[in-house]
Amino acid sequence: MEWLTKAFDAVVLDWGCALLQGALVTLQISLGAFSVGLCIGLLVAMIKMTRHGLLLRLANAYTTVCRAVPELLLILLLYYAGGDLINWVLAQLDQGPAPINGFMAAVVVLGIVQGAYAAEIIRGAVQSIPTGHLEAARAFGCPRHMIVQRIILPEMLPYALGGLSNLWLILIKDSALISVVGYNELLFTTKQAAGSTREYLLFYLAVAAVYLLITLLSNLLFSRFDRRISRWMPAH
Amino acid sequence: MNFEWLGEYGRMMVLGVMTTLQLLLIAGTLGFALAVLVGFGRLSRQPFIAWLSLSFTNLIRGTPLLVQIYVMYYGVGSLFVSFPLLRDSWLWPYLREGFWYVALALTLSVAGYVGEVIKGGLRGVPKGELEAARALGMPRLLMIRRIWLPRAIFILLPTLAGESVMLLKSTALASTVAVMDALGVANLIRNQTFLTYEPLLVMALIYLLLAMLIERLFKRLEMRLPVRNAF
Repeated sequence: MEWLTKAFDAVVLDWGCALLQGALVTLQISLGAFSVGLCIGLLVAMIKMTRHGLLLRLANAYTTVCRAVPELLLILLLYYAGGDLINWVLAQLDQGPAPINGFMAAVVVLGIVQGAYAAEIIRGAVQSIPTGHLEAARAFGCPRHMIVQRIILPEMLPYALGGLSNLWLILIKDSALISVVGYNELLFTTKQAAGSTREYLLFYLAVAAVYLLITLLSNLLFSRFDRRISRWMPAH
Repeated sequence: MNFEWLGEYGRMMVLGVMTTLQLLLIAGTLGFALAVLVGFGRLSRQPFIAWLSLSFTNLIRGTPLLVQIYVMYYGVGSLFVSFPLLRDSWLWPYLREGFWYVALALTLSVAGYVGEVIKGGLRGVPKGELEAARALGMPRLLMIRRIWLPRAIFILLPTLAGESVMLLKSTALASTVAVMDALGVANLIRNQTFLTYEPLLVMALIYLLLAMLIERLFKRLEMRLPVRNAF
């Protein structure tokens, strides 16, 4: 019992605010990276389906490499090489080096990794739309952008949602990897807390509980959303 | 771009890749064995066992692997330090090294993720085959060994290939607790040669090759198993 109150004091009273701040940053990074990943995924999925020669090869290389190379390595690589690349481009334009914003870097890096998975999920979902629906729209003389807006996107969503919700959970967990390059998110804050109090087991278990809470809540929200957007799907 | 360091650090890189492969094999085999137990546990009719395996998979799949590794290495590891008895025992050299903590964390992680997969595969085995086995009077364990499990694994081979590649990628996290795996060696070379990303690029290529190798191995396994197409 005494141990419990001591643990509560250390985690909630002393470090609660900092941990909450870290959790918010983790959520922000994840949300940002999820939107970046979705945009990249849509673009790459479109390229893959239009089968444009050179672009198709590039898109295939992107999804293969990003899905076969460890995320941690990709993050390190994009973080350092990406910064160099931006500065090199700036130097070519006669500009001084730009300071790299840690938050933006984290969002872009995770977004690029996620985009590869999102592309495959979206492609699969679009391909499972019954062809008859598209043909019907075309027969009615729907313009192309309207087909995308009114038929492809809404019909694809229920098929893609399972994969995308998985991707979101993976993203929350992958955002912990950002702590390795020293950005101040949830796990990095915990590292500092554990190091300064020397209560390693306590703090790492506490942060595991926080991540678990976030993922369980996300699961709940996604299943609600799923019920809403798939209400038109034929019941089995 | 400068790749002159390749000759000097070649040996070290081979050792690093070996460490990665060791982690892959240990966590792969032990984790798979545990995953089979978890898979059957998820289907168990006893509420306690079903609840236990469900909580286990939720816990493993709901927290980042990096946090799990930290809990093992820093958390549990720091508990061991306080027992002088352990420090003097023959176990201590193993308990001091990050490798075994990472191997344990990866094993549990594989058990959680693959356990869920195996549950799905066990459900996917046609019921008639199991009923046929029972009708012939097969004892339950024999039926599991000869029919239920092999059939489930065969159904799951493509998924298991994907999970193996995921495991390969997860082993890279070992470098965060000072294990000299492939990525750890790349980081060491970066620190010693002041090259920012050339070592990382080479290691990315090696991981890519290893992932392709795993895919190829599973493809061959798939081809080797006899499939009867009566239709």
